[in-house]
Amino acid sequence: MSALSRLTVTETRLFLREPIVVFFAVAFAPILLIVLGLIPSMREPVPELGGLRMIDIYLPIVVSMGIALFSLSGLSQLFASYREKGVLRRLRTTPVRPVVLIGAQLLMATIMSVLTMLVILAIGRLAFDVRLPGQLTAYLIAYLLVALAMFAIGLLVAALAPSSKSASAIGSLVFFPLIFFAGLWLPRDAMSGTLRTISDLTPLGAGVQSLQDATAGQWPQPLHLAVLLAWTVVAGGLAARYFRWE
Amino acid sequence: MAIIEVDGLVKRYGGHTAVDGVSFAVEPGEIFGILGPNGAGKTTTVECIEGLRKADGGSIRVCGIDAQSGDSELRQVLGAQLQESELPDKLRVGEAMELYSSFYRDPADWRELIETLHLTGKLNAPFRKLSGGQKQRLSIALALVGNPRVAVLDEVTTGLDPQARRDAWDLIERIRGRGVTILLVTHFMEEAERLCDRLAVIDAGRLVALDTPAGLVARVDGRQRIRFRPSTPLEHAVLTALPEVSSVERAGSQLVVTGTGNLLLAVTTALAREQITAGDLRVEQTTLDDAFVALTGRRIDATDSIAAEEI
Repeated sequence: MSALSRLTVTETRLFLREPIVVFFAVAFAPILLIVLGLIPSMREPVPELGGLRMIDIYLPIVVSMGIALFSLSGLSQLFASYREKGVLRRLRTTPVRPVVLIGAQLLMATIMSVLTMLVILAIGRLAFDVRLPGQLTAYLIAYLLVALAMFAIGLLVAALAPSSKSASAIGSLVFFPLIFFAGLWLPRDAMSGTLRTISDLTPLGAGVQSLQDATAGQWPQPLHLAVLLAWTVVAGGLAARYFRWE
Repeated sequence: MAIIEVDGLVKRYGGHTAVDGVSFAVEPGEIFGILGPNGAGKTTTVECIEGLRKADGGSIRVCGIDAQSGDSELRQVLGAQLQESELPDKLRVGEAMELYSSFYRDPADWRELIETLHLTGKLNAPFRKLSGGQKQRLSIALALVGNPRVAVLDEVTTGLDPQARRDAWDLIERIRGRGVTILLVTHFMEEAERLCDRLAVIDAGRLVALDTPAGLVARVDGRQRIRFRPSTPLEHAVLTALPEVSSVERAGSQLVVTGTGNLLLAVTTALAREQITAGDLRVEQTTLDDAFVALTGRRIDATDSIAAEEI
């Protein structure tokens, strides 16, 4: 087996052996969707939303929250703690290149988070009758772009944080504004003009809108795709620039 | 041709010069020791050789590869066991071996390696459940899994109990038997004396001596010390007149005679002539410890030496 696949398998096993990390990174978002769906008013059509229900609006928000939790509570802490404990230092004496190491983490994170997304879609469809994405290809592309942008931010947090404790603190600091602009407390449709413009420029704001567009059967707007790509390139570039083995 | 060549290595941390112009060459198949007190610059030296640190001056070649160039070929030929590096808590022994062997072009048979290191019973044990000795052995196994030509072992027996330490010594000799050149960093005299073909003594960032353990001892002095209790009082001049004797001191009821050459024969012959018998006669050889004191002006970190532990 190649170093990349062996590392990916190993990292996935290690991830699954940490129940608390698994809970927050994988299980929390689906559970939140269930809790929201159990509120009767969430399931009633809202005329201002063109007959959509709040649960329909919330599904992409929950999906993007799943990604944010994975990258900011899982990925960034994992990397920071590997550095802290000398795991990265040990790997550095082997021929494995950093890009393979990071690639394996990203592969593992993408696989886990796509699985989470599928679970959320299945719960939405089966339990609350939320319709499946109309434009499946667009939905997957939008999803992967959000995931990449958020993972890049997670890796940047790991690169900048001096320790795994501070990685978790910085991760939370970053998480709340991002999830706010995704519309967790105030859906994007209810935001004022200015708030919505800011939201358009954040990875999760652009991401939620893209997922919503794809669900409605349209291709996401170029602005939102560009925003997601820009976050990936900038955060990913800085993460690579500031990557430290020890 | 030397397998490791270090020439004029300099490494500074801020204003502090941790390694100051160290040069040595290690021959293939040697167990080459780097001996020195804590903070002497031993680890910094080997970390430069491993390519983990950027040297501020000098050159390092391992199997002809410039260790400072970032050439990934270095990592194929050099296996490293680091001080204070860990594996993920829940990574199992077998998984770690499987993972690390996937990094190398021509890995060793990791199951055989694990067998040699007596870890087969621990294949499914997670890293954090291993004892200190088991962690060290796994760490050695990981350093060897790439079939390296050179293995760098940094304080590999620190923290082991005396039995585990002796097991580790046997193991290191077996590894050398497989044709691997070993660079061993240590501050244990007994370990250096028992294992190393040659030793580089480093103190305060400088190479103060480079020789075989016996050569180091001989270099410090060919001096020996004889202690005995003379049966009747004795004029020191009887002994100081001998060409082999350099000094005679009284220590309580005993005399301590220091000298060179065939000191014992000279002294006992002189005593016989005077019809004096020597009670409690003891000949004290210079040890590597004495050599170290003579070379560096101090004892190697006395609180942490084997001698201190075994008292």
